[in-house]
Amino acid sequence: MDLARREVTASPAAPPVGTRARAGTRGPWVRLALMGVPMAFFAVFFGYPVLAIVSRGLRAGGHWHLDRIGQVAGDPDILQVLWFTVWQAAASTALTLALALPGAWVFARLDFPGKRLLRALVTVPFVLPTVVVGSAFLALAGRGGVLDEWFGVRLDTSVWAILLAHVLLNYSVVIRTVGGFWSQLDPRQEEAARMLGAGRLTAWRRVTLPALAPSVGAAALIVFLFTFTSFGVIQVLGRPRFATLEVEIYRQTATLLDLPTAAVLTLIQFAAVAALLSVHAWSLRKRETALRLVPAEQTAHRPAGAGQWAVLSAVLVTICVLTVLPLAVLVLRAFDGPDGFGLAHFRALSGQSDSATFTVAPVEAVGNSLAYASVATGIALLVGGLAAAALTVRSRPRPGAGRGPRAADRLVRGFDALLMLPLGTSAVTVGFGFLIALDEPPLDLRSSWILVPLAQALVGVPFVIRTMLPVLRAVDTRLREAAAVLGASPLRAWREVDFPLVRRALLVAAGFAFAVSLGEFGATVFIARPDSPTLPVAVARMLGRAGESNYGQAMALSTLLMLVCAGVLFALERVRTDSQGEF
Amino acid sequence: MNTNVRRAAAATTAVLALAVLATACGGPGGDDDAKTVTLVTHDSFAASKSVLADFTEKTGYKVKVLRGGDAGAAVNQAVLNKDNPQGDVFFGVDNTLLSRPLGKGVFAPYRAKGLDKVPAGLQPDSGKHRVTPVDTGSVCVNYDRKWFADKKLDPPRTLADLTKPRYKNLLVTEDAANSSPGLAFVLATVAEYGEAGWQGYWKKLRANGVEVVDSWEQAYQDRFTGSRAGKGQGDKPLVVSYASSPPVEVLGDKHPPKQAPTGVAKGTCFQQTEYAGLLSGARNTKGGKALLDFLLSKRFQEDLPLQMFVDPVREDAKLPRLFTEYGETVDNPRTLAPKKIADNRERWIKTWTSLAVK
Repeated sequence: MDLARREVTASPAAPPVGTRARAGTRGPWVRLALMGVPMAFFAVFFGYPVLAIVSRGLRAGGHWHLDRIGQVAGDPDILQVLWFTVWQAAASTALTLALALPGAWVFARLDFPGKRLLRALVTVPFVLPTVVVGSAFLALAGRGGVLDEWFGVRLDTSVWAILLAHVLLNYSVVIRTVGGFWSQLDPRQEEAARMLGAGRLTAWRRVTLPALAPSVGAAALIVFLFTFTSFGVIQVLGRPRFATLEVEIYRQTATLLDLPTAAVLTLIQFAAVAALLSVHAWSLRKRETALRLVPAEQTAHRPAGAGQWAVLSAVLVTICVLTVLPLAVLVLRAFDGPDGFGLAHFRALSGQSDSATFTVAPVEAVGNSLAYASVATGIALLVGGLAAAALTVRSRPRPGAGRGPRAADRLVRGFDALLMLPLGTSAVTVGFGFLIALDEPPLDLRSSWILVPLAQALVGVPFVIRTMLPVLRAVDTRLREAAAVLGASPLRAWREVDFPLVRRALLVAAGFAFAVSLGEFGATVFIARPDSPTLPVAVARMLGRAGESNYGQAMALSTLLMLVCAGVLFALERVRTDSQGEF
Repeated sequence: MNTNVRRAAAATTAVLALAVLATACGGPGGDDDAKTVTLVTHDSFAASKSVLADFTEKTGYKVKVLRGGDAGAAVNQAVLNKDNPQGDVFFGVDNTLLSRPLGKGVFAPYRAKGLDKVPAGLQPDSGKHRVTPVDTGSVCVNYDRKWFADKKLDPPRTLADLTKPRYKNLLVTEDAANSSPGLAFVLATVAEYGEAGWQGYWKKLRANGVEVVDSWEQAYQDRFTGSRAGKGQGDKPLVVSYASSPPVEVLGDKHPPKQAPTGVAKGTCFQQTEYAGLLSGARNTKGGKALLDFLLSKRFQEDLPLQMFVDPVREDAKLPRLFTEYGETVDNPRTLAPKKIADNRERWIKTWTSLAVK
């Protein structure tokens, strides 16, 4: 989740050039070799399917019909969709920053009981399927929702509902990205400025803000990316009046089967996402400055003074209204059975009904989800871990060395951005792409269970890379070299040196890939088999049927999903105790 | 150099392992093609396990079910996978979408046993038998009996009633671009008022405060006062839903009431019929044909109502008590020829969107 974290936490001491010279010329090729698996994975399970569905739309009779791009992009309806997509993303981002930055400060600088639990809690919506978050939000701010009953406030008919739901989803992105960095910023710098006569505000403006700005920028970019490609929230809260590019792609593909239009829209979205990602990559490199960072535990303190207490309570109230209330309403509805409050809906979940809607008891979806997510985590760790390792091998070509290494470097770095692309791609594009691309032996996987974890791994990989990269980069190469000198084989050196150092990061990456896989819904819905539905698919299927019992069971399943996600996230909170971890 | 080779080898092995793992467990019907018949369908498909077990017992074929999203998405996937289908039989294309797969040659002809028991009106493709009708039902405006009784107001009965001032701001419907009952309701107005008149009708309906939401779930579960899932939080006593929705409201009730809590405005209905067909290029044609026969058999047809809340197409299939007691029969639902729908659907939806949504 913390896609925007600094890539270099503690700048590793640069080894003397001389000792690196041999490795330097070799580095790029090692990187390329390590990239083999991620590249193959990405090409077969993302590039190829997406290319297949796009070319199905834009190629006819052996020719590309690129004139369609102009036609579609000039359509006033499409222009309206584009405009709405951009402005709602900008507005959501601004609103998220405004509401979450105080929270970032609180999580960075203040110590209070229940902090870890709270941080896990605000992340829960991020990994829940947006369908569930959407209904939770409706239960809070929709008609007949909690706010409606208490204050007569209803937001479901306005664009505010969309914006606020986006805040709810992305709050934790800012908390983790900005807050994580803030907590390691040495407060003594600001204190020094004050000592030298600067006022509180001036000190903050001239010392803290400039140090913080890059991470705020990165968080803003990521929130913009997520809201730009928003789907579930718009589907539940915005349709039929509002549509983003992503929603329109879904409509053109799944409902209208207008593949040419869908292909053009996919290309437009690719261009936008690629532009965002390259700005992001550029800002990351800018941020690789040598800041003095300190362990987070040293900077946090108990709140002192009325001002700090006020900020703390304001943030707690925001979190309560924004995160806790919607989720609580969801849980309440799960327990609100036909005979008053009780476990009726949960019991119904484990009941074996004689219906093939679910050829298994719905509660078994929990087991399926866990199994799928485990496999997906394995794949994501393998692919993402190798990619991160490849990105870590630094090549320092000798002055005057050929262009080869440099080019390979650039290739690898470009590939880093490419691996993030699935996050910005419509699930229906991937889902339909799978269907028409992976349909020939030996890759006829259309009805194979492996498709589900593969689709989930696509969204898990970027998280693994973002988590592993900074930690891997911080491993001192001299340790490896020392091991080699002492006679350890490369594998042994890796096992004895690298692995113990990155084990924790690996665990955190696994946890996040797991939680994200658990919540993946978009692509899974097209490929999950009925005898083994995942939790989100089962929830959606139940929401789609009439009757109180189905609705209650959907809420009960959502509650279970929430508990599992929260459990994983809370476990991660316990792991993140070293100075590296920000999760 | 040594390291390079090792790492490259390790990488290659891993790729191969992944591919092998994928294919080993993959291969559609890889587990005994001859004994399995694969049914490709949408999310709403449901059948009793005992009924499917009967099929296996009688024919020796096991049914494997693949679902591909909602009805529209499932049909589109079948179209995209033409000639290299995911399975043997597709079920779940309705009359509003039928022309799309027929035009692309997705189905191979087969005349299922028992077709003579199906009314001719439900067989638009009767000459060629590329598809077999399986179930039928109506999309109608539902009303909340209690709400209208409390207000001492007669519920509406026809489409024209809905534009009357006394029903102002009471109706919620679904986005025709996104939801199949929403589209069916628009088609009902086209069938009733014709090409010339339906737009005028929607202008009047809009002026009378019809609300459009995205999906049936939202309209029925959240907004409709008569649905129990909404826990009395709904605010619209009229909703576009199915003729079979009232019995479902009573389903599982410990103390069944005399009358379903909701009713159907019979003059607002549009008929939806769902079809199944043998996929062209199917691996197990024989099993597929047996499955089509089974879908039309009395056993399956009588199981349908309580599984998918639709009516059987076989005239001699008995309806369950829940339907005879609480269901309402719609005598002459409107309908349109699939070809006419196919030719005009996009244009109608676009016009409708500008009239009712924007």
